[in-house]
Amino acid sequence: MWLLDIDLWREVISTLTKNVLRTVLTTLGVIFSIIILIMLLGSTTGMINGFSRVFAGKASNSLFVWGQTTSVPYNGFERGRRVKYEMDDITMLKSQVKEIEAIAPRIELGGFQQTVTVKRAGNTSGSRVFGDFASIDKINRKKIIEGRFINKNDINQSKKVCVIGLETYELLFKPGISAVGKEININNIYFTVVGVYEKNGDFDFDGENAVIIPFTAFQKSFNSGDRVDWMAILIDSKYTVAKAEGQIKELLKRKYDISPKDTRAIGSFDFSQIFTALSAFTTVLQGFAFFVGIFTMLAGVIAISNILLITVKERTKEIGVRRALGATPKIIKRQIILESIVLTTIAGVIGFIIAVGMLYYLNTEVAGKSDVPFVNPTVSMTQVVISFTLMTILSILIGLIPAKRAVKIKPIEALRED
Amino acid sequence: MIEIKNLHKSYKMGSNSLHVLKGIDFSVEEGELVAIMGSSGSGKSTLLNILGMLDELDEGSYDLDGVPIKNLNETKAANYRNKFLGFVFQSFNLINYKNAMENVALPLYYQKMVRKERQEKALKYLDQVGLKEWATHLPSELSGGQKQRVAIARAMVGEPKVLLADEPTGALDSKTSYEVMDLIQKINDKGNTILIVTHESDIADMCKRIVHLKDGVILEDKKVEQVRASEYV
Ligand SMILES: Nc1ncnc2c1ncn2[C@@H]1O[C@H](COP(=O)(O)OP(=O)(O)OP(=O)(O)O)[C@@H](O)[C@H]1O
Ligand SMILES: [Mg+2]
Repeated sequence: MWLLDIDLWREVISTLTKNVLRTVLTTLGVIFSIIILIMLLGSTTGMINGFSRVFAGKASNSLFVWGQTTSVPYNGFERGRRVKYEMDDITMLKSQVKEIEAIAPRIELGGFQQTVTVKRAGNTSGSRVFGDFASIDKINRKKIIEGRFINKNDINQSKKVCVIGLETYELLFKPGISAVGKEININNIYFTVVGVYEKNGDFDFDGENAVIIPFTAFQKSFNSGDRVDWMAILIDSKYTVAKAEGQIKELLKRKYDISPKDTRAIGSFDFSQIFTALSAFTTVLQGFAFFVGIFTMLAGVIAISNILLITVKERTKEIGVRRALGATPKIIKRQIILESIVLTTIAGVIGFIIAVGMLYYLNTEVAGKSDVPFVNPTVSMTQVVISFTLMTILSILIGLIPAKRAVKIKPIEALRED
Repeated sequence: MIEIKNLHKSYKMGSNSLHVLKGIDFSVEEGELVAIMGSSGSGKSTLLNILGMLDELDEGSYDLDGVPIKNLNETKAANYRNKFLGFVFQSFNLINYKNAMENVALPLYYQKMVRKERQEKALKYLDQVGLKEWATHLPSELSGGQKQRVAIARAMVGEPKVLLADEPTGALDSKTSYEVMDLIQKINDKGNTILIVTHESDIADMCKRIVHLKDGVILEDKKVEQVRASEYV
């Protein structure tokens, strides 16, 4: 492998160090192109990381299903009937839809998005009150900052315990006081606080002013019977949410005598769509970064090739002498191509170091400002390897132009006395 | 060593062609020191370039040490030059960013000799031309005579069969010219075959044979009594 020929490297390095200023100027284009590429890729990663922080704790392959009113008359039923779910539906869906990995029925005191007065020692809060199974944690994980989340035992024993959001805690408790073990009053029923949560990520459907109590305790305390307000469903990641969603709706429609054509009766939200859209968006961004990067890189490498073309012309006599002394066209060609590779790679490494420094600065600048979805902008090893490989290939291809020119130099013409 | 028969060479200049060498028969034995003389444009350099495989002949034949030289591709010509021939030019043609030793070692690099050996051998040849202490100097730090001696060391380092010199003293004053000729004579004394193009008769007189070219043919080819350059140094 001729690239391992130390003497060839010496030759190349001695020609490149002959005119250091020009060598440096030559490489500016490639330096900038690598900076642009790495910055764009890094920023894209920063955005991806930022988005995943926004949605931290939310299962991407999840689905929410709630009842609305029918819009098509069916099986003797008028349109405009309210669709309500019950606990049986959960068992049915779980047993008949194999795509379902976990299903958590949910219920809210007073109905969806209604606040309830919660009291403790003279303090009150208007909070949402949910009845939940422990499995909700798989779909919409809370960040527990004190105590624990509700567990299976709480459900089985219908324990009157609760987990409260940070905002509720702040409304009901004096700062610094531990909430765990204390009781709060909801509709004159007392629940013992076992944990305090904070929203995970920037975004949570439930908010931070909420009280979560075991589903069974909710049923007993507030006489909700078999009622289920909506269900949060986790789909096995082997399957697509959309397909399972269709199946789930079909089963529910059959059970509740809803027309197959009725698109309004069952409300649902496929959470995976957000992630699909986001990943499509970031893929486009990455593609754009490479696109812009490659073209600036091309421009940079062409600039190097141009300078090499000029130096080849300047070195006509030198190349002629080398040829007279026994250099074959191949050796001359390799030397010029290696000059192209070396220049490009040095420029690439310099650009890379500068770009990483800039990303580091960007990270420390943006890190404090948590409302920007931009976290930890970095480039992956794969991206770096791809960039450098592309750059080297380009430098070889473009280096062929001055190399061909150098090979065309006939020793006799180069050596003619004038 | 060199055997040329009925050599013709023309250069095409647009539509007309210039017949430069018009049937040259010429041979050189091993150990000869030949001067090629003639007025400007008589074809001296053209002949030397063909002998040096830097240019191709149109007609005739050329054998070098029994090897017929014809239909060479660029790579083969480069390898033959590297193995068989040493070149010395009027304007030295040293590589300006390489020091004396690196310049001398360059042909050995193309022979794929390892670096350490190359440097040792280059130093040995620099020593023979009296410039060992100048090994690490760049050409710009050397006088004309010194440069030409480095060039001669570079030409000889590959132990060529023939040394070809096109006006080696053309750019030097007489004193330095004689020093260079002294060196060339000493190299010839060791049995090396040398051809020198010159149009200075005092330089030609320091050779053992003078060939006169005129309008592309050999006008005169005579052996002479060699004048030793050392008498003038
Ligand atoms: N590559 C070329 N293309 C066209 N014409 C050429 C070429 N090389 C040489 N000639 C012509 O051939 C003739 C002989 O040239 P050559 O260089 O051999 O002369 P010379 O004897 O070395 O002269 P001088 O003493 O000036 O060096 C000249 O007329 C020259 O112009
Ligand atoms: Mg000439």
